[in-house]
Amino acid sequence: MTVDPLITNLMVFVLAIFVGYHVVWNVTPALHTPLMSVTNAISSIILVGAMLAAGPTDADWGVWVGAVAVVLAAVNVFGGFLVTQRMLEMFRKKEPKKLETK
Amino acid sequence: MLSGNQVALAYLVASVFFILALKGLSSPLTSRRGNLFGMIGMAIAVAVTLTLTRNWTVIVGGIALGGAIGAVVARKVQMTAMPELVAFMHSLVGMAAVLIAIAAVNNPLAFGIVKAAGEAIPMGNKLELFIGTFVGAMTFSGSVIAFLKLSGRMSGAPIVFSGQHMVNLLMAIGMFGCGLWFFASGGTNWTAFIAMTAIAFVLGFLIIIPIGGADMPVVISMLNSYSGWAAAGIGFSLNNPMLIIAGSLVGSSGAILSYIMCKAMNRPFLSVILGGFGTDSGAAVAADGVQKTHRSGSADDAAFLMGNADSVIIVPGYGLAVARAQHAVKELAYKLREKGVTVRFAIHPVAGRMPGHMNVLLAEAEIPYDQVLEMDEINSDFPTTDVVLVLGANDVVNPAAHTPGSPIYGMPILEVDKARTVMVVKRSMAAGYAGLDNDLFYMDKTMMVFGDAKKVVEDMVKAVG
Repeated sequence: MTVDPLITNLMVFVLAIFVGYHVVWNVTPALHTPLMSVTNAISSIILVGAMLAAGPTDADWGVWVGAVAVVLAAVNVFGGFLVTQRMLEMFRKKEPKKLETK
Repeated sequence: MLSGNQVALAYLVASVFFILALKGLSSPLTSRRGNLFGMIGMAIAVAVTLTLTRNWTVIVGGIALGGAIGAVVARKVQMTAMPELVAFMHSLVGMAAVLIAIAAVNNPLAFGIVKAAGEAIPMGNKLELFIGTFVGAMTFSGSVIAFLKLSGRMSGAPIVFSGQHMVNLLMAIGMFGCGLWFFASGGTNWTAFIAMTAIAFVLGFLIIIPIGGADMPVVISMLNSYSGWAAAGIGFSLNNPMLIIAGSLVGSSGAILSYIMCKAMNRPFLSVILGGFGTDSGAAVAADGVQKTHRSGSADDAAFLMGNADSVIIVPGYGLAVARAQHAVKELAYKLREKGVTVRFAIHPVAGRMPGHMNVLLAEAEIPYDQVLEMDEINSDFPTTDVVLVLGANDVVNPAAHTPGSPIYGMPILEVDKARTVMVVKRSMAAGYAGLDNDLFYMDKTMMVFGDAKKVVEDMVKAVG
């Protein structure tokens, strides 16, 4: 029995949507902005595709198109995760004493 | 070089890390660990993919360049500018998707789409490339418009013209037509592919321009979702489960946020997307011509009332973000608490320009998150609250939401009108984005304090002493 890769991909796709649906409903509304920035970083997984496009050494202009995509996606990977981290650092539970120092 | 199976297993591990990253956001306590998991997942995925490529100088150089830009932006950005940063980043994902699709059409062999050079791309992959490209292109141009509107480089007012929906519809048909043409052509039909991509760019632009500034929470969530679907679409064309999983997680996350935002405005998703509702600053609409009177007071009066209250609830809105008043508000809360006043914050889901915008600003000002409550948590407490201070919010506290026939009827609101005293800090009597007059402002127990939110709050801090 051979299965078309499209069908396997479709299975992965549908199951991943279900996982995403259930996980995201548990996100606390206070963290919706960090959720957006972290999902932004995650969607820059497209970097993987960009790397494959820039991958071959023997090819033509397509490689450079891929290289531009690598740069764009990398901005997002670093920008997304770091800005999320910066925001989440602010959501630490402050000790009342620390508040008074200000 | 790793075998195909090893790569796929590593992708599986990376996907689990991404799921854990989202799961971590269920509480502020676990969120930082979650973000770390996300970074680990990304590092695994990138490292494994690197073994599949040969052009390391270009790839590593590209990642270093992009990474440096991203790191600088992430450090420098103001918390009040978070919505436009997110819109900007969505546009990058969209553009990257389009570029990858172009590279794939040009050299399908490099992606393993075909077995030998010169072979035609199979029909299935063409369809997937088509989907990945048009979603990516629309994400890009839509996000650029959202970015321009959010950063104030373009008016937030909706841009509408007659026959707009018809134009959009015709363009969509044209886009799918070109897609079919590309799909049905024997070889690689560049003309069809480029025409389709160009129409998608214009369409993304046209879809976002009619949407007003205050509907941005929906738009930005929707574009968040699109960027995920674009990644998943590219994953299908490249047969890459990593892209499909991560893309679907993001796609469903953005869709859920859009749903939550629409529900909080009690507006159907379609009506938001079709746009044309809401202006940027909006002059007050004299609905019935009846002269209504409001009571106004100074920051000192307001501070006196709050200082003598037992409980105060502060309701922040977009005006707080515009005035960057979050630090002043923290000072005020601190001073009041020193006097023995219970101070809490109430946040409406659509306050600000993106989901959770207010929470981040208050967190930036080091206001402990357990003093910041969501609408459902705090609404029942308003009747027993002495003073409510509304800072730059309007429609989300408009009691007209309870009046049948009002344009915002049915929208869940913060029921501040039930509190004993209400104080509203606003720049003028202008209406909110819905263009509605707010009866709250004319109630006997309401005192208006006019001025810039930051200035007024700073004056209150001084007066509380």
